[in-house]
Amino acid sequence: MGSKSGSRLRSILALLLLAAVAACGPQQGEPQTPAPGIGTSLENKGSDTMVNLALAWAEAYAQVQPDLQIAVTGGGSGTGIASLINGTVDMANASRQIKPEEVEQAQANGIEPVEHTVAGDAIAIVVHPSNPVDGLTIPQLSDIYTGKISNWAEVGGEDRPIVLLSRESNSGTHVFFLENVVRQGQEENDALFSPNTLLMPSSEGISAEVRQNPNAIGYDGLGYVTSDQKVVAVAVGEGQPYVEPSIETVRDESYPIARGLYIYTAGEPQGAVQTYLAWIMGPEGQAIVRELGFVPLQ
Amino acid sequence: MRNREFVIEALIRVAGFSAIFFVVLIFLFLMREGVPAFWETSAGNFFGERWYPNEDLFGTLPLILGSLLVTLGAVVIALPLGLATAVFIRELAPGWLREILKPLVEILAGIPSVVLGFLGMVAVSPLVREWLNVPTGLTAFTGSLMLAYMSLPTIISVADDAIDAVPKAHRDGALALGATHWQTIWRVVLPAARSGVIIAVMLGIGRAIGETMAVMMVTGNAARIPQEWNALFFPARTMTATIAAEMGEVAQGSTHYHVLFAVGILLFAVTFVINAIASLVVIKGGPRRGGRLMG
Repeated sequence: MGSKSGSRLRSILALLLLAAVAACGPQQGEPQTPAPGIGTSLENKGSDTMVNLALAWAEAYAQVQPDLQIAVTGGGSGTGIASLINGTVDMANASRQIKPEEVEQAQANGIEPVEHTVAGDAIAIVVHPSNPVDGLTIPQLSDIYTGKISNWAEVGGEDRPIVLLSRESNSGTHVFFLENVVRQGQEENDALFSPNTLLMPSSEGISAEVRQNPNAIGYDGLGYVTSDQKVVAVAVGEGQPYVEPSIETVRDESYPIARGLYIYTAGEPQGAVQTYLAWIMGPEGQAIVRELGFVPLQ
Repeated sequence: MRNREFVIEALIRVAGFSAIFFVVLIFLFLMREGVPAFWETSAGNFFGERWYPNEDLFGTLPLILGSLLVTLGAVVIALPLGLATAVFIRELAPGWLREILKPLVEILAGIPSVVLGFLGMVAVSPLVREWLNVPTGLTAFTGSLMLAYMSLPTIISVADDAIDAVPKAHRDGALALGATHWQTIWRVVLPAARSGVIIAVMLGIGRAIGETMAVMMVTGNAARIPQEWNALFFPARTMTATIAAEMGEVAQGSTHYHVLFAVGILLFAVTFVINAIASLVVIKGGPRRGGRLMG
């Protein structure tokens, strides 16, 4: 009896360990593979910000070129570029520009990444609809996100604590926000997000919290802002005009937190990739950009 | 006939050993991928207070404390609830109710954690924020609530079996000596079943500390050191959520990649220590009085 239950205990322990180990495994999204056999296929992977846009392009393009199979996956700008470097995708979507070290890695693999700007995007600052704050300056935003300002009263709001929301640190949007808002675009500035910043695994996580929490402040791509969140106007500094993000203010460069959205190809695009890219930058592709809340090219 | 038995026996033996074999393989893999982190980062960095991999800050302290905080909260909530439910099902509920409750508890175990996480994010966290008047509802406590709910079926089933295994003679003896129903449960049945109850708690902790998805969705994932007395009601970032959130995007072979595996080793170590302590308690608990481990 004693030894029997002892061995049972050990087997339970072993199971527990196994469960703990299983919980540590990487949790990657299943890559979508194109249906084999019909015509040629394209692999398009990268930025989560762009994944809806890339899907919409691929669907619309299926009407134009029914033979071409386009497989679109997200995973993040870094993932897309890494796949381009490894030669496993034809086109990498990125919501940030490629880093010099990534270019070096690609060249070491015999791949020359070529950048194509396919759309523009604004990072909108969002708060709860009941929040009376209408405008913030970039230095104020920096102080808020580094934790120097922790109460809405300090920026003209109600006496409430500020709850900071951000995307996870591996998203292109997070890196862009760190460099251009938290560090105010200054090279030598090494400020970091406050450790109290909530890192949300998805855009939906941010909008769900902003919708229901009057203390919250968050940021996300303009295409992800829903009508039940309040968008705050942003000024470069004290005494400068407060500008709301829109297609027009991104185009005339008056909205300060704007960026390009890019597709990278391995070498100058050829054949199907070339015609697809031309279509994306043409009127049909750019109409979809506008539809999804991003900023079309001229 | 003999041959057939030999084959069956060999198959069973292979099956038995394969579990151990895979555990060893997984352990070796974890070591191979994780151990380089210990010389790629300094000890001061690895056990530092700041986790921000983009800037090569790999302080795992907030993650370890976050995991412990959320798990501890979950056990404190789930243990009394689970034990009370098990006692009710086994000792107090009429037979027909028990027949309904038992399978219902087991259905509870089948709810996918991502569903619970979503529920926690949109339904529970606003309530936590309003009722407790805290800045945000995405807190370690919300994670504890979700985890408690998830580990309840385990705790109830195992504790229920342990109580069931207490011989009827114990109860009869206690009642014959004039003990009330409640005295019998509290002074005789539960102490007799205690090793099974401890196993129930252990399994509950194992379930809680390794859970990822629901925790990632409701705890806010802020890698902060819990230092206030009420840190449970602030956001936290657990080891599991960190691995899940960052592993997908990390460059293979980079320091960050190795550190994430090292966090897995830490998780492994923490679970191992908890289990070792619990089994010591069970062994030290003196002669066993009829409480069985499981089923």
